[in-house]
This record gives sequence, C-alpha cells and structure tokens, in this order.
Amino acid sequence: MRFAFTEEEDNFRDEVRKFLKSELPNNWDGVAGNNLEEGASDKEWDFALEMRKKLADKGWLTMAWPNEYGGQNASMMKQVIFAEEMTLARAPGRDGFGIRMLAPTLMIHGTEAQKTQYLPDIAKGNVQWCQGYSEPESGSDLASLQTRAVEDGDDFVINGTKVWTSSAHRADKMFILVRTNPEAPKHRGISFLLIDDMKSEGIKVNPIIDMAGRHNFNMVTFDNVRVPQKNLVGELNRGWYVGATLLDFERSGVEYSSRCMALLTELIEFAKTNKRGGKYISEDPNITKEITEIYTEINVSRGMSYKIADMQSNGEVPNKESSMSKLFGTVLEQKVADLGMQILGMYGQLGPESKHNKLKGKIEQEFLSSVSATIAAGTSEIQRGIIATRGLGLPKP
Amino acid sequence: MDLSLDETQQMLKNTAKDFFATECPETHVREMENDKDGYNKQLWEKIVNQGWLGVPFAEKYGGFGLTFLEFCILLEEAGRVLLPEPLFHAVLLGGMPINIFGNEKQKDELLPKIISGESIATLAFHEEDDSILPSSIQCQASMSTNGYTISGTKMFVPFANISDMIITIARTGDKDTDLSAFIIPSTAEGISISELSTISSDKQSVINLDNVQIPATNILGQKNKGWELVEQIFSFGAIGKSCEMLGASEKVLEGTVEYAKTRTQFGRPIGTFGEIQRHCSEMATIVEGTRFVIYEAAWKLAQNKNAKKEVSMAKSWTSDSHKKVCAISHQVHGGIGFTKEHWVQLYSRRAKAAEIAFGDGNYHREKLSKLLGF
Ligand SMILES: Cc1cc2nc3c(=O)[nH]c(=O)nc-3n(C[C@H](O)[C@H](O)[C@H](O)COP(=O)(O)OP(=O)(O)OC[C@H]3O[C@@H](n4cnc5c(N)ncnc54)[C@H](O)[C@@H]3O)c2cc1C
Repeated sequence: MRFAFTEEEDNFRDEVRKFLKSELPNNWDGVAGNNLEEGASDKEWDFALEMRKKLADKGWLTMAWPNEYGGQNASMMKQVIFAEEMTLARAPGRDGFGIRMLAPTLMIHGTEAQKTQYLPDIAKGNVQWCQGYSEPESGSDLASLQTRAVEDGDDFVINGTKVWTSSAHRADKMFILVRTNPEAPKHRGISFLLIDDMKSEGIKVNPIIDMAGRHNFNMVTFDNVRVPQKNLVGELNRGWYVGATLLDFERSGVEYSSRCMALLTELIEFAKTNKRGGKYISEDPNITKEITEIYTEINVSRGMSYKIADMQSNGEVPNKESSMSKLFGTVLEQKVADLGMQILGMYGQLGPESKHNKLKGKIEQEFLSSVSATIAAGTSEIQRGIIATRGLGLPKP
Repeated sequence: MDLSLDETQQMLKNTAKDFFATECPETHVREMENDKDGYNKQLWEKIVNQGWLGVPFAEKYGGFGLTFLEFCILLEEAGRVLLPEPLFHAVLLGGMPINIFGNEKQKDELLPKIISGESIATLAFHEEDDSILPSSIQCQASMSTNGYTISGTKMFVPFANISDMIITIARTGDKDTDLSAFIIPSTAEGISISELSTISSDKQSVINLDNVQIPATNILGQKNKGWELVEQIFSFGAIGKSCEMLGASEKVLEGTVEYAKTRTQFGRPIGTFGEIQRHCSEMATIVEGTRFVIYEAAWKLAQNKNAKKEVSMAKSWTSDSHKKVCAISHQVHGGIGFTKEHWVQLYSRRAKAAEIAFGDGNYHREKLSKLLGF
C-alpha cells in the first residue's frame, strides 16, 4: 500500500499545472455551470478548440493511446492526474467523444482503413464527434432504439430520431447506434455506424434549450440519410457490443471529485472573505459543517476513482466500481451546487446576466445544470441496478 | 382536533382551484416570465373581482372578514399553478402591514384601495447584506422639517416595478433595532428602480432611495418599532410562501406520478420499477407531512396565538421538502425534465426562490433552536 504518487507523477502534475497557468487567461474560472467544459457560447467553444489543438501538440490529448496509434501508452495514474488537473483548472479542450469514446472503440473493433482514416484527425484535435445513442423512446432502455438503417447498394439508409445529442450543433461527425435487424432480439439487431458529415442531406439538428437556458444538446432527425457500408464498425448487428465497449471507457472518470473541488475551493474562499450579518460566512456553523462534510466526500469520491485507475493499471476491468463512482460523484456535484446556493443566500438567485450577482452568477448556473448529473450517461437508478446485480450478484428483478 | 376544512374554506378552495386551472395555464406562466410587468392586467382584474385581495381584511374596508388561514388556502391553490400575478405580495406584503400596524386613517384610506386593486403595495426590507437581522438595515430615515428624508439601497424587492407604494424599512436611531417602516409612493422624487434577473424569472428589483422626502404621517406603526413589523410580516410571509410551495409540491407529485404511469422503458411503465415507486412514495410522504406542519402554523397565526416555533418548523421543513420533491421529480423524468420546454423546471427554479424567501431552512432552524432555549 502506498497513498502517494511517484516522483515522476508529481513532476507530470507540475508540468500540467504550469502549462495551464500559461495557457489559460488570468483568473480563468471556467465556463459556468457546464459539465462539458467546452461551454455553450461560440466564444467559449472557439477557445475550447484552440486549447484542444495545444493539448494535441503536447501529446496529452492522446496520452492514453498505445504507441502504435501515436499515443504514449501513458499509465492510468498519469491519465487520472491529467484529467484531475484539467478539471481542477476548469480548462476546456479535452475531447470526450473522439478521444475517450470513439477512438478506443475503433482501436478494438475498427478496420485498418477506419483506423487510418479517423484516428489521426482525432489525435490532432481536428474533428468534433457527437454520440447518437438516445432516442425519445429509448433512454435507459437504449437497446430498444428504433432508428432504422437499411442496406441499399453500397450504403445504409438511415431514418429516425436521436435526442439529447450533446454538441451535435458543433460536431463534424457522429457515431450512431441504429437498428439493422428489427426481427432479432433487441440487443442483436443493432449496428454501430460512423456518419462522416453532419451536414449530409437529410440530417436536421434541432436545438434543445436546457433548464439553465443553455444550448448544449439537440434533437437530430434523419430522413433517408445515406452512409457508406464501409462506415460500419464491427460486425453487422453486433453494434450493441461495440457500443458497450465504449460505455466502459466513459464511466471511469475522476472528474466528479475534481469538478467539485474546484467549486468548493472557490466557495471556501468566498465564505472566508464575505460577511453576512456582521460575521464571515465561514463562521456560520451550518456552513462549516456542510463544507467539511463535502470536503470529506470529495476525498471519498476521489478515492473511488483512484481505485478504478489502480484496478485498470493491474489489468482488471472495473464494473460496479465505475457505477459506484458515478452514483456517488454526481450526487456530490448537486450537493456542492446546493451548498453554493446556501452560501450565496439571496444572491444565489442571480445568474450571469445580473450585474449584482456574486461569483459571476456561476452558482445559479451550476445549481440548474447539476440537475442533469444524475441523469446523463446512465441514471442513478440504472447505476444502482448495475451495482446490485452485476456487482453484488443480487438477482435481477 | 379537526383537520378538515369548514364549508366556507372548502368552497373557497374549490372556487380558487377551478379558477386558476382555467385562468392560469402553463402558457400564461411562461408568457409572464418574459413580460415587462410580470403579470397580466386582465387576469389581475379578474382576481380582484373575486374579492380575493380582501380575504383576510375586515368588511368595513371592503374585505371578506375572514382570516389569514383562508388566505393560505388561496395561496396553496395559486402555488399549484405558479400564479405570476401579485396576489401574495399585494395582500401579505402590502395589505397586512397596513392592517396590523397602520393607524385608523391609514387603514381607512389605503386598505380599500389595496383590496379593490386600485393600489399595489410591497415591502422593501433586504439590503446589500441579505441577512434577516436588524443590523443589516443601513437605509437611513432622518427627521426633516416636513417629515422624513430617506436614503439607501433596497435589494430583492418583489414587484417593486408595479407597486405604487413601497413600505420601506429604514433606520431611525442608533440602536440596532431602531428601525421604522415608511409608506413611500413609488413616484416620489429620488427613487429609482431597476429590475434583477432571477432564477425564478420573477420580478424583484433594486431600489435606490436618494434623499426621498416624505411627510411624517407616512410612518407606518410607531417610530423605532419597525423590527416588530418585520418579524410579524416575515412570519406571515414564511407561512404564505410555504403554502405556495405546498400547492406546487402537490402539483409536482401529481405530474410525476402521472409520468411514471405513462413513460415506458424496458417494455413497461417506469412506475413498475422499485426505484421509481420509491421515489414517488417518498414524494407523497413528504407532501403529506408538509401539509400538516404548515397548516398548524397557519391556524395558530390566524388565531393570534404564539406561533413562533410552528412558523420556523414549517418554513424550515417546507424549504427543504419542496426542493426535495422537485429534485426527485427531475430524477423520475430523466432527460426530458432537464429541458426548458418541460413544466418541471418551472417549479424547480421557483422552488429555489421560495426556499430562501423569508428565511431558508438554516435560518429557521437556528431560530427554532433559540426558541427551544439553546
Ligand atoms: C445533459 C445530458 C446530456 C446527454 N448527452 C447525450 C449524448 O450526447 N448522446 C446520447 O445519446 N444521449 C445523451 N443523453 C441522454 C441520456 O443518456 C439519457 O437521458 C439517459 O440515459 C436517461 O434516459 P431518458 O432521459 O430517456 O430517461 P428514462 O430512461 O425514460 O428514465 C426515466 C426514469 O426511469 C428510470 N428508469 C428507467 N429504467 C429503469 C429501470 N430499469 N429500473 C429503474 N429505473 C429505471 C430512470 O432512472 C429515470 O429515473 C444526455 C442526457 C443529458 C441529461
């Protein structure tokens, strides 16, 4: 047992910190209330892309990738440190869809041609992907998805509707799950396709405004959209299993704890330097109790993530551990936001547009956005089911 | 013990429920979010014509001669539909301070106007330091030859944009509690009002008072007794808000249960899953408890009994319970509830404002601990 990083890891952390300090604007405090660090406005997005290029130049974007794909085969801990520092600094520029989801999938299931066609652009930060999974009638029950792809000559022809598609309005390309065999049992009739151009004929991206008033996700409709058969990843009708590989990558993040820590640090500073009723807010025992509780929980959450990284370092496949980390970490995000609201009192009502706001109205945005934390990427209910059945061996209902 | 409504109360409740269901659909609530005034004059007129602004006031002023309890019943129904019109404010923050603390002349002159909707009054208490303490009031009222000169800044004043009278709490002496209440016409020289954009898309404003002159007769209640007014009105406010939250909670519960019955995943309604049943039954239990704790306080207040503990229990409980109900509802709704288009977020955003209005959970728990002798 050793609860410490190696010297090399510490040095790497310093290097990332230095880089971020020099690349981020002075007093950068991130994009308010946005789980995608990229942000919603055009300006925020452009800055994220700029950062992404710089991360690519550093080789950090692809550090987890094997050497043969131009990566560094970086250790799990190094990846965790990178993710942690990026999130603590609220730095935009990482690429969840391309780097962390699609690329590993292609490495495992893609043809050589697909790998050479897609991986280099992802590695350079040249392309934005989006994830077309959920549908209006298929959320938690993703395998019931109905978007149809029919083989026609050299192409597939896609018809249907995807929803909650984050960043679809920014994306160049989409990876999508479609039904290719409606007769087969639901998990066995799905295929994984790559759509090369979101501007293709028949694709319509309709904005959905979220309850924080931001445009992050969309409804995407497909009307006879043609995709070449060579864009099928893995075998026909085996897309569910191709897609499932990808979800395992998505669920191993340390971002919950570091995102919470970034906000908590700011709140502690605020509570120590602002008064209410003649006393510093930090002197209010209700507030200190909450702060210390959450501080502890953040440490617990980080521990869960480190455990996952440690397992992966040892070649083990995390399963219930990822679900536990997500279940716990996302509730924590909601708690920190709520604590922020308590600390700000009446001012918690004021968002970024108000000139009387505190902490730039960030807490109001965090409070509203954090509602989605326990829903997106697999709801808490579904995570609990996974922990109970797959993790603890309890019988399925 | 009798926890049921009497005939008048039941009738009032039924009438209000039907009225609001027709007159205040979701589309109206959304429209008012972006409306300049934040309320619709025609609907306001209809509400006035129902006589509801007069519910807790004596008949000689044009009121119904009922009590605060009956007004609470109305507020619950208004809360269910998120009524944007200033029913709460006009009666609780405008009429009640005048009714309780005004002299005969003020009551004779102002209450009929408030009850008939001719005039709307609001209460300006909060300042930059947003704590509910006498010491956070910095706004100064100094005696001048013709009356008082008032200067300062008031924050988070509800519906100041449409009020023609602003009952302002200002400092009139050196002791912490040397505060007084003044009725200031919103057209007085030296007043400027600017709106805040808030999480609940309601109408709250910052009011700047720059040497505003008012006659000495505009003082409301006794000089240096303003804190008593604040405490009393905040008690009524806390319970009134709680009633609105109760109605809202009920609506959120109903809508969520309905969704759990109709949304299917894995080939069956999500309401068949233990997780969802747990969510819904927890919401229902919370709402049931909320009703009791609030109406106990409302009844005591209406009976002029000491209700300090009950008020603090009710507001601390409801501030948290309504937030919880909304959070669970979001959880049951999944992605759809996170959209601007969906009705749940109309409730959860307003839940935040209601939670902190007239003291949040922590504030009232602290108050309660003092009342318990800690
Ligand atoms: C901010 C955000 C971003 C997103 N981005 C993307 C994206 O980029 N691409 C994409 O494809 N999708 C995306 N999603 C969609 C997301 O994956 C779904 O919202 C999620 O899977 C839940 O599906 P649903 O919304 O249809 O809810 P439903 O599945 O309808 O769930 C409703 C309720 O029922 C519960 N429930 C359902 N089944 C069960 C069960 N078996 N047992 C117990 N409880 C159950 C749920 O937990 C929930 O409480 C995003 C969602 C959000 C909120």
